[in-house]
Amino acid sequence: MKKLMSLFLVLALAFACVGCGSGSDGDADAKSEGVMTYEEYAAAALDTEVVVETFVQAKQSWWEDKATVYTQDKDGAYFIYNMACSEEDYAKLEKGTKIKVTGYKAEWSGEVEIIDATFEIEEGNYVAEAEDVTSLLGKDELIDHQNKFVSFKGLTVEAAGQDESGADVPFLYNWDGSGQDGDDLYFNVSLDGETYTFTVESYLCDNTTDVYNAVKGLNIGDKIDAEGFLYWYEGVNPHITSVTVK
Amino acid sequence: MKRKNNRKKMSGKCVPAIVLILCVIFFLTGCHGKKGLPPFAMPEEFDTSVNYEITFWAKNDTNKTQTAIYEKAIDDFEKLYPNIKVNLRLYTDYGKIYNDVITNIATGTTPNVCITYPDHIATYLSGVNLVVPLEEVFEDEKYGLGGSEVRFDSPATEEIVPQFLKECIIGDHCYAIPYMRSTEACYINKTYVEALGYTLPDMLTWDFVWEVSEAAMAQDADGNFRVNGQKVLIPFIYKSTDNMMIQQLRQKEAGYSTAEGEVLLFNDITEELLRTAAKHGETGAFSTFKISSYPANFLNAGQCIFAVDSTAGATWMGTDAPLCDISADKIVEFETAVMPVPQFDPEHPQMISQGPSVCIFNKEDSGEVLAAWLFAQYLLTDEVQIAYAETEGYIPVTLGAQESETYQNYLAACGEDNNVHYAVKIKAVEMLLAHIDDTFTTPVFNGSTSLRDAAGQLIESSVKSARRGETMDEAYVETLYRDTASLYHLDQLSRQAAGASGKNDLGPLPKTAVALLCTLAAAWGLIALYVIFNRRREKKRS
Repeated sequence: MKKLMSLFLVLALAFACVGCGSGSDGDADAKSEGVMTYEEYAAAALDTEVVVETFVQAKQSWWEDKATVYTQDKDGAYFIYNMACSEEDYAKLEKGTKIKVTGYKAEWSGEVEIIDATFEIEEGNYVAEAEDVTSLLGKDELIDHQNKFVSFKGLTVEAAGQDESGADVPFLYNWDGSGQDGDDLYFNVSLDGETYTFTVESYLCDNTTDVYNAVKGLNIGDKIDAEGFLYWYEGVNPHITSVTVK
Repeated sequence: MKRKNNRKKMSGKCVPAIVLILCVIFFLTGCHGKKGLPPFAMPEEFDTSVNYEITFWAKNDTNKTQTAIYEKAIDDFEKLYPNIKVNLRLYTDYGKIYNDVITNIATGTTPNVCITYPDHIATYLSGVNLVVPLEEVFEDEKYGLGGSEVRFDSPATEEIVPQFLKECIIGDHCYAIPYMRSTEACYINKTYVEALGYTLPDMLTWDFVWEVSEAAMAQDADGNFRVNGQKVLIPFIYKSTDNMMIQQLRQKEAGYSTAEGEVLLFNDITEELLRTAAKHGETGAFSTFKISSYPANFLNAGQCIFAVDSTAGATWMGTDAPLCDISADKIVEFETAVMPVPQFDPEHPQMISQGPSVCIFNKEDSGEVLAAWLFAQYLLTDEVQIAYAETEGYIPVTLGAQESETYQNYLAACGEDNNVHYAVKIKAVEMLLAHIDDTFTTPVFNGSTSLRDAAGQLIESSVKSARRGETMDEAYVETLYRDTASLYHLDQLSRQAAGASGKNDLGPLPKTAVALLCTLAAAWGLIALYVIFNRRREKKRS
C-alpha cells in the first residue's frame, strides 16, 4: 500500500511540475503542419512571409480593426503589430490564448516584428513566466530574448531628467517631460554603473494601472525589481508591466 | 533619450472614426433636429465679472520647450484676463486630437480652442454651428484682430500672411487662424553625395535623388556598402508618404481631387509614380518611415543620404542635432545640406504648406466663446509666435513677427550654437521663407483626411509589395486602387462630391433615351400645331 501511495504521490508531483512550470496545458511545444518553429522564424529573412503558432501574453491596442499584441511560445517571442482583428475577436485574445499568425517579418528601429498579419484562434494555452535577464543587461546576447516577458532584479532608480526648477526627477511624461499624466512614462535604472531607459507604455498600461502609479511613486535611489516585455527601439527599451520597490 | 514611437496613433479604447462620425451626424441631426447650437454672435461687451474656464487642446512635437511656451502663454494671458482660466491638454499627434474631438462632439464636450488641421475641421463641420466661423469675428471693432478692447498687441487681419489665412477658408467661411507654418525639406548627407562623385544641383530633382540613391547601393565583397562602410544603408527615406504622393502629383499637374471632393487620385500618373517608388524600394534604395523608422535615425547614423521630413523636424537632423534618438557612438560626422523636396520641374518648384492652425468650438454661452477667441488671438502675438517658431523649423504666421528685429536677429545668428540657433533648423526655416510663394495646399472637404491617408497608403503598399517580391502588373494596380478606395471609403466620397456639385458627367445619352426624347418633342410639336390650327379655324368661323 505504501509503495502504491508513493507511486501515486510521485506521479502527482510530476504532473504538478509540468503543469505549473510552464503555465501551459501541455501543447506549447507542438507546431501544426506548415508552421515555423521559433528557430525557423528567427532565421527567416525580413520581408518574407512567416507563419507561427504563439500565445498571447498581453494586448497593447486595438484600432480600426487592427490589434497590436505581445505573444510568446516556449522558445521565443513575437511582437505582432497592427494585425487584422475585429473588435469582437480582440476581446477573445485573453492572456495565454493560442493563435496561428500569418504575416510578414519586418524590422522597425531594431524591433523585429510580424506585420500585415492575419490570425486564427486555436486550442491551447500558455502563459510565459518572466525570464530573469538581469545578467544580460548591456550584453549583445540580450537581443536574443527580444519581445519576451522578462524580469530585472536589483536595479537602482536614477534621475530621468530635471523639473522646471532644475531638480532631478525619477520619471518623465514622454521621453523629454513634454507630456502629461496618461502619456508614456520614462524612467532610468542603473546596474553595475550602466544606465538603461525603461518605459511604461501607456497603451499597454495606462494611468489606472498599478505599474503606472508605482513608477509615479518612485524615488531616485530606490532599489527595484521590474517585469515587462523586452521591446526594442534603437536599443533595448523594455515595456514595463510591474515594478516592486524593495 | 527616446522619442515616442509615433506609429501607434490611436488608443485601444476607441471605436472606428467612421462609426463615430456617423454617430455624431445622427446625434446632431436626429436627437436635436437639425438646429444644433445657435450661431455664435459676438457679445456687445466681454463681462469681466464672470469667471470662464476654457480648455485648450494643443499639439507639441514631443518637445519640452514647446510645452513650456504653451504654459507661459497661458500664464501671461491669465494675468491679462484674470477671469479666464485656460486648461491645457497636450497631444503629440494630430490624429489623436482629431479622434478625441470627434468623440467629444458626440458628448458635447469639445474643447474651446483646438490646434488642428483644416482637413480635420472639414469633418467637424458635419455638425451644425459646431465650429465658429471667424471672418466676422476678425472684423469686430472691439474684440476682433487688433480690436480696441483687446488687452494685448493683437495683429490686424492684414498682418497675417494672406496665403496662410487663405488656407483656413473652408467653403465660404474662415474656420481657423493659422498658428505655425512649415513645409517638408530634404536633409542631405552632402559628404556622401560628393563621395559618390556627384554635386548637389541648385534644385533637387527626383531623377537626381533616384540616381544617387542607386549608385550608393554598391557593396564590397564583405557586403558592406562602399559609401559608408556599414552593413546598413537606405539612401532615400521619406517620412510622410502622403505628402510625397501629393507633391509629386502637383508637380506633374496630375489629378488628386477637385475642390468639391471628387477623387482623382487613382490615375495613370499615380501608377507611374508608384512603379518608380516600388522599383527603388525593391533594390533597397528607398524606404519610408512606416516601413523602416524615422529618417533622422538613419541619417545621423550615416545610413541614409536623402532624408525627407518636415522642417518642423529639423532639430533631429544632422551630426550635431540637439535632439537624437540613437546613441552617441552610432552618430557619424557629415555635412548636412537642406534643400526643398525633389522636383520634376526645378524651374517651377512646388512644395506643401503644412503646420498647425487653431479653431474655436461654439458653445451655448457666447461669453465663453469670446473668452476662447481672445485666447486664440493671444497665440498670434509676436511673443508667442517667435518663441514657438524658434523651437523647430516653423515660421511665424504674422508679418509683424516675421519682420521683427527679434526674429531677424534669431535668423542672423544661424549656427552660433547647436540649440536655439542650430544651423540645420534655421536653414530649413530660411528655405521655407524663400519659397512661400511656391507652397500649396490640397482642397479641404469632409473626407479629405481619408484621401490624404489613401495617397500615402498607395506608396506604402507598393513599396512593401516590391520588397516582398510581388509582381506589380496591371491586375495588381487595379486591385490596389480598388482596395485602397474601399478601405478609405473614397468611393462614397466621390459619389457625395458628384451629388454636391451637380456636375457629374454621366456620358452621352443612350440611344433609346434619345429616341424617347425625340418622340416626346415630336408629340409636343404636333400638339402645339393642333392648338394653333384650332385657334385659327375658330377665328375664321367667328
